[in-house]
Amino acid sequence: MKILNKIYMVLIFIFLYAPIFVLIAFSFNDSKSRVVWSGFTLKWYFKLFENQEILSAFYNTLIIATVSALVATILGTAAAVGISQSKKWQKKLIMNVTNLPMINPEIVTGVSLMLLFVFIYNTFGIFKPGLITLICAHTTFCLPYVILSVMPKLRQMDPHIYEAARDLGCDPLRAFMKVVIPGIMPGIITGMIMSFTMSIDDFVISYFAGGMVQTLPIAVYSMTRKIVSPEINALSSVMFIVVFVLLIVINFRQEKDRLRGAKK
Amino acid sequence: MKIKPNLFPYVLWMSFFVIVPLILVIIFAFSTPEGGFTLDNIIYATKYSAVFWRSIVLGAVSTFVCLIIGYPMAYCIAKIKANFQSVFIMLLMIPMWTSFLLRTYAWMTILEYNGLLNKLIAFLGFEKINMINTPGAVVLGMVYNFLPYMILPIYTVLSKIDKKVIEAAQDLGANKITVFKKVVFPLSLAGVVSGITMVFVPSVSTFVVSKMLGGGAILMIGDLIEMQFLGNAYNPYLGSAVSLVLMVIIMICMGITNKLDEDPNEQNMIL
Repeated sequence: MKILNKIYMVLIFIFLYAPIFVLIAFSFNDSKSRVVWSGFTLKWYFKLFENQEILSAFYNTLIIATVSALVATILGTAAAVGISQSKKWQKKLIMNVTNLPMINPEIVTGVSLMLLFVFIYNTFGIFKPGLITLICAHTTFCLPYVILSVMPKLRQMDPHIYEAARDLGCDPLRAFMKVVIPGIMPGIITGMIMSFTMSIDDFVISYFAGGMVQTLPIAVYSMTRKIVSPEINALSSVMFIVVFVLLIVINFRQEKDRLRGAKK
Repeated sequence: MKIKPNLFPYVLWMSFFVIVPLILVIIFAFSTPEGGFTLDNIIYATKYSAVFWRSIVLGAVSTFVCLIIGYPMAYCIAKIKANFQSVFIMLLMIPMWTSFLLRTYAWMTILEYNGLLNKLIAFLGFEKINMINTPGAVVLGMVYNFLPYMILPIYTVLSKIDKKVIEAAQDLGANKITVFKKVVFPLSLAGVVSGITMVFVPSVSTFVVSKMLGGGAILMIGDLIEMQFLGNAYNPYLGSAVSLVLMVIIMICMGITNKLDEDPNEQNMIL
């Protein structure tokens, strides 16, 4: 029975990882073939870093991910604190709205944002679909993740510490900055890294809300629609490694957090 | 209504970027290009019932397959020593966080007529099979992409089940199968329900998987919406109507699955 379990798990992991390793392996293939192996090369990586289209898409992705992760983290943390202090019915209502972008199919979120941006642009002439609208869209779908990772930390915090700071003469803002923020910092950081990763990876919403601006996933999509070059394999290997490292960092943080919690 | 000041920017943001856009979808679904009220878009959308039906069937099949292979996997992970569980969970999450475009693209290269799998089949001396651009390939792509969404919630629930409950059942004379049927499975139902939702929603509404692995031959709701907004058939009014129908379909399906979880007594009767 035990052995059967192990075999089953190995099979599932092979299923999950085999395609990714095929992709990575063929990024080192000398010929353009996606099937026949004809020797080791790094030339697709060099070509990738000379490809202007991909470089500018990468640049866009990075700007959008950084700005929207920052905005989402600030807005989301403030909101999480506000929600935890709100009355029950308000809390319920706001959490329902928070969950909306997570429940709704991505394509509907993308289409609805596209309608909004086109509508605003046609009526007021501002908000031309592009970098700004993409940042707004990404911030919107990142916000729930920030809130969901900050809320549990707020719940774990002892409210008496804040009160103690107030009793010792801190004004509310100072007490908040010195006591609450450090207490929920792990949740804030996790939320920010999650937002950053989600933003880098998003395709569907950017595809609709971004106008003509190319992000990395959009560049990948248009590459898969055309004649395929092994550069895309090189690109996917690089992206895989980046996400892999980010994920290990997140997990390591959570693990450390858990151990610290266990010690207490 | 009194709102906490630090909540205000968030409420404003979400109203503007979540609520208003959804209202716009509803308005567009019921208006003509000239701005009048009409039901034509909805009526026209129902002409695509074959597309809706195909999406629901393919989504349901993928969800079912995910459940069948995902539940045992979650069960296996929950049974490993506690220290190692987080490692396996991370291994599950890594593919989930890599671009799903690239994962789907990888399957394209594997399933192609001259792709790796057919190379292997030919090498073993069998006839090459036409795999890509079939409904099967689309289902495979969806199962591959969304399987972790099924495993993770089920695992979370399974790992939280109190061991004493299982021991109590065993003490009272239940064998392994009875323990699973009467204790473990009913207790894991919440995870199953959220797994089903998390797989079904993206499966029904995908347009990337069907486009890449279905080759445009297998039209799904997502493709239909995409065509109305960014394709040659530009018609945001019809697109909004289709989106609205999609949202309603998903709400109905989620209502049904949530019912399964809400009434545990009824569930026991089914078992």
